Amino acid sequence: MSQSRTRRSIPAAGALLGAAALVLTACAPPGGTGTVAPTTAAPSGSTEATCGEEDVVLDAYIETGFPLPKELFDEFTAQHPNVTFQVREDQFAVLTQNAPRTLQDNPPDLMRLPQMSELASGGLLLNLDPYAEQFGWTEWPESQLSQLRVDDEGRRGSGPLYAMGLNFSMTGVFYNKELAAEIGMTEPPKTLAELDAAMDAAKKAGITPLAQFNGGATGGLMFPLQALMASYGPTQPLNDWIFQVEGANIDTPENLKAAEHLQKWVEAGYFADDVNSMDYAQMMARFIEGDSLFIFNGDWESGNLDTQMPGKVGFFVMPPLEEGGTQFGAMSAPLTYGIAAGAKHPDCAAYFFNWVATDEKARTITVEVGGSHPMGATDAFMPEVDPDSVTAATLAAGTQVNEVNGAMDFLANATGSIYAQSWTPNVQQLVAGKQDAAGLLSAVQRDYEAEVGG
Amino acid sequence: MSHHLEGAASVHSGAAPSASSVAPEPAAAPRSPRRRRLLRSLPIYLLVLPAALFYGVFVLRPIALTAQFSLYDWNGIEPATWVGLANYVEVFTEPKLVGSILNAFELILYFSFVPVILALFAANVIRGIATSRLAGIARTVLFLPQVIPLVAAGIMWTWQFASNGMVNELLRAVGLGGLARAWLGDFDTALPAVGVIGAWVALGLCLILLLAGMSKIDQSLYEAARIDGAGPVREFFSITIPGVRQELAVCVIVTVIAALASFDIIYISTQGGPGNSTLVPGLQVFYLAFFDREIGTASALALTLMALVLLVVLPLQRLLRGRES
Repeated sequence: MSQSRTRRSIPAAGALLGAAALVLTACAPPGGTGTVAPTTAAPSGSTEATCGEEDVVLDAYIETGFPLPKELFDEFTAQHPNVTFQVREDQFAVLTQNAPRTLQDNPPDLMRLPQMSELASGGLLLNLDPYAEQFGWTEWPESQLSQLRVDDEGRRGSGPLYAMGLNFSMTGVFYNKELAAEIGMTEPPKTLAELDAAMDAAKKAGITPLAQFNGGATGGLMFPLQALMASYGPTQPLNDWIFQVEGANIDTPENLKAAEHLQKWVEAGYFADDVNSMDYAQMMARFIEGDSLFIFNGDWESGNLDTQMPGKVGFFVMPPLEEGGTQFGAMSAPLTYGIAAGAKHPDCAAYFFNWVATDEKARTITVEVGGSHPMGATDAFMPEVDPDSVTAATLAAGTQVNEVNGAMDFLANATGSIYAQSWTPNVQQLVAGKQDAAGLLSAVQRDYEAEVGG
Repeated sequence: MSHHLEGAASVHSGAAPSASSVAPEPAAAPRSPRRRRLLRSLPIYLLVLPAALFYGVFVLRPIALTAQFSLYDWNGIEPATWVGLANYVEVFTEPKLVGSILNAFELILYFSFVPVILALFAANVIRGIATSRLAGIARTVLFLPQVIPLVAAGIMWTWQFASNGMVNELLRAVGLGGLARAWLGDFDTALPAVGVIGAWVALGLCLILLLAGMSKIDQSLYEAARIDGAGPVREFFSITIPGVRQELAVCVIVTVIAALASFDIIYISTQGGPGNSTLVPGLQVFYLAFFDREIGTASALALTLMALVLLVVLPLQRLLRGRES
């Protein structure tokens, strides 16, 4: 017995020794000195950046499932034969996980960016301010670019420009025109009360009013919730909260009314009974199959819906409380792309951004393929769009929102983990009746303060 | 499941070589028998050296690094700051992290107890009909889930559990439509529903192990018992169960590890939702490290999870196998 015990203890001691040795060799703090070398090729002063005459291969890392960037790349190559693109694609979740590593170890010239404040403050993204000066992006409406600015403490909304959009999206409510006709809804609701009435009529007619994704790790009820907030109160405080302005609070009387309104919808059974297990793809499938009167979503689906159910879909911005009121808004965000701090061809990548926003063909592709509004000056070229299409309706809604200055970023983007760790579980609990409107807002505010303060 | 299996296997086969590559205690006197024995077995140590190196680089080193990371506040890129044990304090005080650990323990019920008990009975039945063709079919059918990739199994079950999936259709068909619900989207049923998927997967593995164990049992024992007047129940408890004790131990240990360290089934079917009701430590480590970029907290939780698995499995192993050695 004693012999077997010593024999066993020798290997054990050996293993421990080995482990200890490994720990010792790796004892420097992780991350090392950490700072990424600032870009090698700082944009050159006054002359505009170009792609030059020599052959250039732009390294692009984009999101799977969206045809817009590749169509733009093809058109760009057609116009600039010396430039070709080497494209890598991944799901958005994979991009989110890999962004810091990729930007540091294998810096792409163009990359679809997830939540970017940490990437920018970590020195992984190129400061685009010099390009903004050269190309005159500073003349564009500031609302297009403010979400892409990050200050030195990682707060978005002001500071240098660290990314550019390929377009900017607009959110609102899509509705199935055939189902709407069945309940006698012939035009989009003009007030929140009319929207409530339409949902109620649908419910009574046996039509699911709202199939909204909210399952797994998704909190799709954020779409109606934030839209309701913009109908009950001004959008500026919401943007302040997202941009982490000192003292910003989500738990306000206006937002409470909005959350209570959402809770009322839940309790009235306007949502499909399985929203807590529905993912985004299922929601789209239900809507396209005609199983839901409304969905809250964004114009990135306009092109898709125009193809899948042409002429059958309408779109409206969340209506105000009173008819003709100007208190309403929509989430709107640029389709964010950035240039890695260590990118090989930053000038050419920046030139590409400018081309996307200014070239007539590029703007046409942006509208027809992407379904969203192109970036750029307000008086820039706009392609003709079929007036009966959803794309036309979403573009018109964009104008409407801009007139009342109602564009806001997504509440989900306020911090790196506020969506996954706070909004999502809380809206899922709201659906299950385990959380109420007041509890939802105070819980999220608590998590927000813990993250922003800590 | 299959991952954990491989992991468990590599721990067993790997631990020995790595340890033996390190020289045993220094010899007391030159030319002692021990020394000679060592020289004679030197080629064997050289043979295991490559495996030991791999084990060191791919198992020991990551564990050591994780232990180091767990003492820092680090986002994976920028310089890290030393925070001592603060990450561990967070693991044990943050309700969400504690909740994920409790969920893992609840999963033991579904991933381990249910399949082990079902497999015991199924194996016993199959053993009873061993000569008929039905036995082969039953074995194949029950083992099949082991062959299907977990991701595919997860997706398939997600469909079955959907509002208009097979589970609800069956309930409606037998007049229990009132019970129909979105099983994975309901706070009360999501974790048990995930458990069903795990049980379905683990059943085949346990069944094959137990069948193998049962085939080793000397048939004369059963004959003797029958002559003494034992019925099938008595046979089962007095001969079959003691006979498969070793296999039973392996089943329980492997499935308990699968429950505590679960990740893939949950990642595919619920991602921890709704409202964290199916959040488990494995998933939370992934979220912390790759979405929140809190490498320190993620490492601390990962090490806590490892300690927890050892804490549960080592006594279990002693309990189930102890008396034999």
